Amino acid sequence: MADYKPTEMMTIAAARLLKNDDICFVGIGQPSAACNLARLTHAPDITLIYESGTLATKPTVLPLSIGDGELCDTALTTVSVPEMFRYWLQGGRIKVGFLGGAQIDKFANLNTTVVGPYDKPKVRLPGGGGAPEIATSCGEIFIIMAQGKRSFVEKLDFVTSIGHVSGGDSRAKLGVKTKGPTKLITDLAVFAPDPQTKEMTVISIHPGVTREQVQENTGWAVKFAAKVDVTPAPTAKELDVLRELHARTNRAHAAA
Amino acid sequence: MARITSLSEAIAGAVHDGDTVALEGFTHLIPHAACHEIIRQGRKDLTLVRMTPDLVYDQMIGMGCVKKLVFSWGGNPGVGSLHRFRDAIENGWPHKLEIEEHSHAAMANAYEAGASGLPCAIFRGYIGGDLPKVNAKIKRVTCPFTGEELAAIPSHRPDVAVIHAQRADRAGNVMIEGVLGVQKEAVLASKRSVVTVEEIVDELPERSLNAVVLPHWTVGHVVEVPGGAFPSYAQGYYPRNNSFYKAWDDIAKDRDSFHAWMKTNVLDKGPDAFAQYARKHEAAAE
Repeated sequence: MADYKPTEMMTIAAARLLKNDDICFVGIGQPSAACNLARLTHAPDITLIYESGTLATKPTVLPLSIGDGELCDTALTTVSVPEMFRYWLQGGRIKVGFLGGAQIDKFANLNTTVVGPYDKPKVRLPGGGGAPEIATSCGEIFIIMAQGKRSFVEKLDFVTSIGHVSGGDSRAKLGVKTKGPTKLITDLAVFAPDPQTKEMTVISIHPGVTREQVQENTGWAVKFAAKVDVTPAPTAKELDVLRELHARTNRAHAAA
Repeated sequence: MARITSLSEAIAGAVHDGDTVALEGFTHLIPHAACHEIIRQGRKDLTLVRMTPDLVYDQMIGMGCVKKLVFSWGGNPGVGSLHRFRDAIENGWPHKLEIEEHSHAAMANAYEAGASGLPCAIFRGYIGGDLPKVNAKIKRVTCPFTGEELAAIPSHRPDVAVIHAQRADRAGNVMIEGVLGVQKEAVLASKRSVVTVEEIVDELPERSLNAVVLPHWTVGHVVEVPGGAFPSYAQGYYPRNNSFYKAWDDIAKDRDSFHAWMKTNVLDKGPDAFAQYARKHEAAAE
């Protein structure tokens, strides 16, 4: 088994969830790495859409920002931002949306707005961007986040975008027809919502990680599914493609 | 009606103290040169509207030009925080900053509604989260046909829109290519506009039948500023300078180093300073 970093396992586990016929709304950072890894390995025809308006883009290096020229150069077409949010996202044409955040709770609600009170924040974070509507308009949501007690919290300081709200049927009761977060991929494990309670529950633990480690890095009492798998370790090919993608990206960003 | 002017004339004529101003450009074509001119002319009490405040609003906030910010994502993309934006909100430096916070969908819809001459934007959004609790302008309306509850916010009607584009012709028709953002909507929604361009040409180049062109009678001041989007980019001219976006993190982290950078690169310079960036990248590309 090859040596790899926990963040590489996280990106690779997320990439494997994507299918060749998916239409995917991609955020910068980890989601972009996972989506392009999928495209460069098992899902060559996946449609990647960035909120800057680039439809079906095939970047050779990862964008630093959501609207880098690389995305436009390699896209099938580029639409305006109002069209992106109205026709494509709100219109229900996107199957999978990726999100991350500074804080997550056990129902996969996310905070990317503030740490501390809104009017007198301890840390002012960037804010919601596309997330509030991505969270409700995409067919389903995958969340990628490294685990830690400060980010996996019992109660969010601010709800920027909803997951399963307060669990059970609370999301549907708000009139939202999409599935919400169906997977949470971390550097330690993969979570999925319990069918009834909708609490994010561990279904797979990455190789060499213990249940105790998952708990130590979570601010609530973690639930484990009846059957918990071991996530298959990254293959040599997955690692090669991911590392080459990052190396290409670093070279390109240093040169610009 | 378009008028081809210098950048200092354009800003002096179009942007006044207390105005509501939208500098737009979504990663691409961000009007950095115009931002610097607004700072040099010492504008105060501005209400700034923009989806992604980016470095331009970080600079204007840090230099004390801004009373209020209307926005949806205030970070340095792929890098981290906007430190001047954070310092204003967290510590009230250089003075207190009012904020009106939205989502991207809301901002894009509000520009489109403004361009359409509508009083408000209606869309399916803001469901279940906390933003409506902290922004009184987010309301709900009921569809009269289906009964569906939708979000409504006032349309954006800025006093001035400021954008950068690749080209204008001598009549002031402006052509935009690549990532379009909300620039067209921002100009059509605003009372006045300033458009900086990479070059003013005798004739717009051969183009698709559906190319994005703002007719000269919809724009105000048109100014040739080569390199005027740097460190943002102009598709077909020069790439985004990602290493500058990374370097900005250190420059802006500290109030003194921020001021030193602004003095050397903005206050003591003029719009001509941007031409070197355009040229440098042209040379690098050859």
